[in-house]
Amino acid sequence: MTVVLVILVGLGGGVLAGTFGVGGGIVFVPTLALGLGLTQIHAQATSLLAILPTAAVGTWRQVRLGNVDVRAAIYVGVASIVGVQGGVLVAESLPEHALRRLFGAFLIVTALQIAWRVRQRDAA
Amino acid sequence: MGASTAPKLVGIGVAAGFFGALFGVGGGIVIVPLLVTFLAFDQRRAAATSLAAILVSSAAGAITYAAHGDVRVGAAMLVGIPAVVGVVLGVDLQQRLAQRTLGYAFAVLVAAIGLKLIL
Repeated sequence: MTVVLVILVGLGGGVLAGTFGVGGGIVFVPTLALGLGLTQIHAQATSLLAILPTAAVGTWRQVRLGNVDVRAAIYVGVASIVGVQGGVLVAESLPEHALRRLFGAFLIVTALQIAWRVRQRDAA
Repeated sequence: MGASTAPKLVGIGVAAGFFGALFGVGGGIVIVPLLVTFLAFDQRRAAATSLAAILVSSAAGAITYAAHGDVRVGAAMLVGIPAVVGVVLGVDLQQRLAQRTLGYAFAVLVAAIGLKLIL
Protein backbone atom coordinates (compact mmCIF):
# COMPACT_ATOMS: atom_id res chain seq x y z
CA MET A 1 0.00 0.00 0.00
CA THR A 2 2.76 2.40 0.99
CA VAL A 3 4.70 1.43 -2.14
CA VAL A 4 1.72 2.29 -4.38
CA LEU A 5 1.35 5.63 -2.60
CA VAL A 6 5.05 6.39 -2.99
CA ILE A 7 4.90 5.59 -6.73
CA LEU A 8 1.86 7.88 -7.10
CA VAL A 9 3.63 10.69 -5.22
CA GLY A 10 6.66 10.20 -7.49
CA LEU A 11 4.38 10.51 -10.52
CA GLY A 12 2.71 13.61 -9.07
CA GLY A 13 6.09 15.08 -8.20
CA GLY A 14 7.16 14.70 -11.80
CA VAL A 15 4.01 16.44 -13.04
CA LEU A 16 4.59 19.36 -10.65
CA ALA A 17 8.29 19.50 -11.52
CA GLY A 18 7.50 19.59 -15.23
CA THR A 19 4.85 22.24 -14.75
CA PHE A 20 6.64 24.59 -12.35
CA GLY A 21 10.29 24.06 -13.21
CA VAL A 22 11.29 22.94 -9.74
CA GLY A 23 13.28 19.73 -9.38
CA GLY A 24 11.64 16.63 -7.98
CA GLY A 25 13.84 16.84 -4.88
CA ILE A 26 11.48 18.91 -2.75
CA VAL A 27 8.84 16.20 -3.32
CA PHE A 28 11.21 13.21 -3.15
CA VAL A 29 12.85 14.00 0.21
CA PRO A 30 9.60 14.22 2.27
CA THR A 31 8.17 11.19 0.41
CA LEU A 32 11.24 9.09 1.22
CA ALA A 33 11.41 10.33 4.81
CA LEU A 34 7.71 10.34 5.76
CA GLY A 35 6.44 7.69 3.30
CA LEU A 36 9.22 5.11 3.38
CA GLY A 37 10.61 6.00 6.81
CA LEU A 38 14.15 6.77 5.65
CA THR A 39 16.29 8.92 7.95
CA GLN A 40 16.66 12.54 6.80
CA ILE A 41 20.22 12.05 5.55
CA HIS A 42 19.31 8.82 3.69
CA ALA A 43 16.24 10.53 2.17
CA GLN A 44 18.36 13.45 0.94
CA ALA A 45 21.13 11.24 -0.45
CA THR A 46 18.58 8.99 -2.18
CA SER A 47 16.66 11.98 -3.56
CA LEU A 48 19.76 13.15 -5.46
CA LEU A 49 19.94 9.79 -7.26
CA ALA A 50 16.16 9.84 -7.90
CA ILE A 51 16.43 13.29 -9.54
CA LEU A 52 18.81 12.05 -12.27
CA PRO A 53 16.31 10.33 -14.65
CA THR A 54 13.92 13.31 -14.52
CA ALA A 55 16.71 15.85 -14.98
CA ALA A 56 18.16 13.84 -17.88
CA VAL A 57 14.83 13.65 -19.74
CA GLY A 58 14.07 17.30 -19.00
CA THR A 59 17.52 18.46 -20.15
CA TRP A 60 17.26 16.44 -23.37
CA ARG A 61 13.91 18.08 -24.19
CA GLN A 62 15.14 21.57 -23.31
CA VAL A 63 18.36 21.22 -25.35
CA ARG A 64 16.28 20.17 -28.35
CA LEU A 65 14.05 23.20 -27.85
CA GLY A 66 17.17 25.38 -27.84
CA ASN A 67 16.47 26.79 -24.37
CA VAL A 68 19.73 25.70 -22.70
CA ASP A 69 22.74 28.02 -22.53
CA VAL A 70 25.24 25.14 -22.74
CA ARG A 71 28.31 27.18 -21.76
CA ALA A 72 26.57 28.57 -18.67
CA ALA A 73 25.27 25.12 -17.71
CA ILE A 74 28.80 23.65 -17.90
CA TYR A 75 30.27 26.46 -15.74
CA VAL A 76 27.52 26.17 -13.12
CA GLY A 77 27.51 22.35 -13.20
CA VAL A 78 31.28 21.90 -12.86
CA ALA A 79 31.56 24.59 -10.14
CA SER A 80 28.72 22.93 -8.22
CA ILE A 81 30.93 19.88 -7.59
CA VAL A 82 33.02 22.04 -5.21
CA GLY A 83 29.95 23.30 -3.36
CA VAL A 84 28.52 19.77 -3.12
CA GLN A 85 31.50 18.66 -1.01
CA GLY A 86 30.77 21.42 1.54
CA GLY A 87 27.02 20.69 1.57
CA VAL A 88 27.52 16.97 2.18
CA LEU A 89 30.06 17.71 4.92
CA VAL A 90 27.64 20.02 6.77
CA ALA A 91 24.67 17.63 6.31
CA GLU A 92 26.71 14.67 7.62
CA SER A 93 27.80 16.66 10.69
CA LEU A 94 24.28 17.74 11.73
CA PRO A 95 22.11 15.61 14.04
CA GLU A 96 19.05 13.98 12.42
CA HIS A 97 16.42 16.26 14.01
CA ALA A 98 18.37 19.44 13.19
CA LEU A 99 18.77 18.45 9.53
CA ARG A 100 15.06 17.62 9.29
CA ARG A 101 14.04 20.99 10.74
CA LEU A 102 16.46 22.84 8.50
CA PHE A 103 14.95 21.04 5.51
CA GLY A 104 11.47 22.04 6.75
CA ALA A 105 12.52 25.70 6.80
CA PHE A 106 13.98 25.30 3.30
CA LEU A 107 10.59 23.94 2.09
CA ILE A 108 8.81 27.05 3.39
CA VAL A 109 11.24 29.33 1.53
CA THR A 110 10.71 27.18 -1.58
CA ALA A 111 6.92 27.47 -1.22
CA LEU A 112 7.22 31.26 -1.18
CA GLN A 113 9.36 31.16 -4.31
CA ILE A 114 6.86 28.92 -6.15
CA ALA A 115 4.03 31.33 -5.23
CA TRP A 116 6.16 34.26 -6.44
CA ARG A 117 6.88 32.52 -9.76
CA VAL A 118 3.18 31.75 -10.31
CA ARG A 119 2.40 35.41 -9.64
CA GLN A 120 5.11 36.60 -12.03
CA ARG A 121 3.94 34.24 -14.76
CA ASP A 122 0.39 35.36 -14.18
CA ALA A 123 1.38 38.99 -14.62
CA ALA A 124 3.31 38.27 -17.83
CA MET B 1 27.96 36.25 -23.21
CA GLY B 2 31.29 37.86 -22.32
CA ALA B 3 34.21 36.42 -20.36
CA SER B 4 33.23 38.57 -17.36
CA THR B 5 30.26 36.30 -16.71
CA ALA B 6 32.48 33.31 -15.85
CA PRO B 7 33.14 34.30 -12.19
CA LYS B 8 29.42 34.86 -11.63
CA LEU B 9 28.58 31.46 -13.11
CA VAL B 10 31.22 29.77 -10.95
CA GLY B 11 29.81 31.52 -7.85
CA ILE B 12 26.28 30.40 -8.70
CA GLY B 13 27.53 26.84 -9.23
CA VAL B 14 29.32 26.67 -5.88
CA ALA B 15 26.27 28.07 -4.02
CA ALA B 16 23.88 25.73 -5.85
CA GLY B 17 26.10 22.71 -5.16
CA PHE B 18 26.32 23.57 -1.46
CA PHE B 19 22.59 24.11 -0.86
CA GLY B 20 21.55 21.32 -3.23
CA ALA B 21 23.69 18.76 -1.39
CA LEU B 22 22.75 20.15 2.04
CA PHE B 23 19.04 19.59 1.30
CA GLY B 24 19.12 16.68 -1.16
CA VAL B 25 17.65 18.71 -4.02
CA GLY B 26 19.03 19.66 -7.41
CA GLY B 27 19.73 23.31 -6.63
CA GLY B 28 17.38 24.85 -9.20
CA ILE B 29 15.78 26.87 -6.42
CA VAL B 30 19.17 28.66 -6.12
CA ILE B 31 20.26 28.65 -9.78
CA VAL B 32 17.11 30.05 -11.42
CA PRO B 33 16.74 33.28 -9.40
CA LEU B 34 20.50 33.95 -9.52
CA LEU B 35 20.68 33.54 -13.32
CA VAL B 36 17.70 35.88 -13.65
CA THR B 37 19.05 38.47 -11.19
CA PHE B 38 22.77 38.56 -11.99
CA LEU B 39 22.97 37.45 -15.62
CA ALA B 40 19.65 38.76 -16.96
CA PHE B 41 18.43 35.35 -18.12
CA ASP B 42 14.70 35.16 -18.87
CA GLN B 43 12.73 32.62 -16.78
CA ARG B 44 12.49 29.97 -19.48
CA ARG B 45 16.20 30.02 -20.36
CA ALA B 46 17.15 30.12 -16.67
CA ALA B 47 14.97 27.09 -15.85
CA ALA B 48 16.26 25.09 -18.85
CA THR B 49 19.93 25.93 -18.16
CA SER B 50 19.42 25.17 -14.47
CA LEU B 51 18.02 21.74 -15.32
CA ALA B 52 21.18 20.89 -17.32
CA ALA B 53 23.43 22.07 -14.46
CA ILE B 54 21.36 20.07 -11.95
CA LEU B 55 22.23 16.91 -13.86
CA VAL B 56 25.87 17.48 -12.84
CA SER B 57 25.24 18.72 -9.27
CA SER B 58 22.82 15.87 -8.45
CA ALA B 59 25.18 13.24 -9.84
CA ALA B 60 28.06 14.73 -7.81
CA GLY B 61 25.85 14.80 -4.70
CA ALA B 62 24.64 11.21 -5.16
CA ILE B 63 28.22 9.96 -5.66
CA THR B 64 29.53 11.86 -2.61
CA TYR B 65 26.68 10.64 -0.36
CA ALA B 66 27.10 7.11 -1.75
CA ALA B 67 30.71 7.18 -0.52
CA HIS B 68 29.23 7.69 2.98
CA GLY B 69 26.85 4.74 2.39
CA ASP B 70 23.71 6.90 2.54
CA VAL B 71 22.07 6.21 -0.86
CA ARG B 72 19.20 3.67 -1.04
CA VAL B 73 19.09 2.64 -4.71
CA GLY B 74 15.77 0.72 -4.60
CA ALA B 75 13.94 3.63 -2.97
CA ALA B 76 15.47 6.06 -5.49
CA MET B 77 14.08 4.00 -8.38
CA LEU B 78 10.66 3.76 -6.70
CA VAL B 79 10.16 7.55 -6.82
CA GLY B 80 12.57 8.46 -9.64
CA ILE B 81 11.16 6.28 -12.42
CA PRO B 82 7.45 7.27 -12.04
CA ALA B 83 8.59 10.90 -11.92
CA VAL B 84 9.92 10.62 -15.49
CA VAL B 85 6.43 9.62 -16.64
CA GLY B 86 5.08 12.52 -14.57
CA VAL B 87 7.34 15.07 -16.25
CA VAL B 88 6.20 13.99 -19.70
CA LEU B 89 2.55 14.18 -18.55
CA GLY B 90 3.25 17.51 -16.85
CA VAL B 91 4.38 19.19 -20.04
CA ASP B 92 1.27 17.82 -21.75
CA LEU B 93 -1.08 18.91 -18.96
CA GLN B 94 0.51 22.35 -18.75
CA GLN B 95 -1.70 23.60 -21.57
CA ARG B 96 -4.94 22.42 -19.98
CA LEU B 97 -4.68 22.94 -16.23
CA ALA B 98 -5.50 26.08 -14.32
CA GLN B 99 -1.86 26.84 -13.53
CA ARG B 100 -2.54 29.63 -11.11
CA THR B 101 -4.73 27.51 -8.85
CA LEU B 102 -2.45 24.48 -9.12
CA GLY B 103 0.61 26.63 -8.44
CA TYR B 104 -0.76 28.17 -5.26
CA ALA B 105 -2.07 24.76 -4.13
CA PHE B 106 1.41 23.30 -4.64
CA ALA B 107 3.01 26.18 -2.70
CA VAL B 108 0.60 25.62 0.21
CA LEU B 109 1.30 21.87 0.18
CA VAL B 110 5.08 22.41 0.24
CA ALA B 111 4.76 24.94 3.08
CA ALA B 112 2.54 22.53 5.06
CA ILE B 113 5.09 19.70 4.75
CA GLY B 114 7.80 22.16 5.79
CA LEU B 115 5.84 23.08 8.93
CA LYS B 116 5.20 19.42 9.74
CA LEU B 117 8.95 18.72 9.59
CA ILE B 118 9.83 21.73 11.76
CA LEU B 119 7.22 21.10 14.49
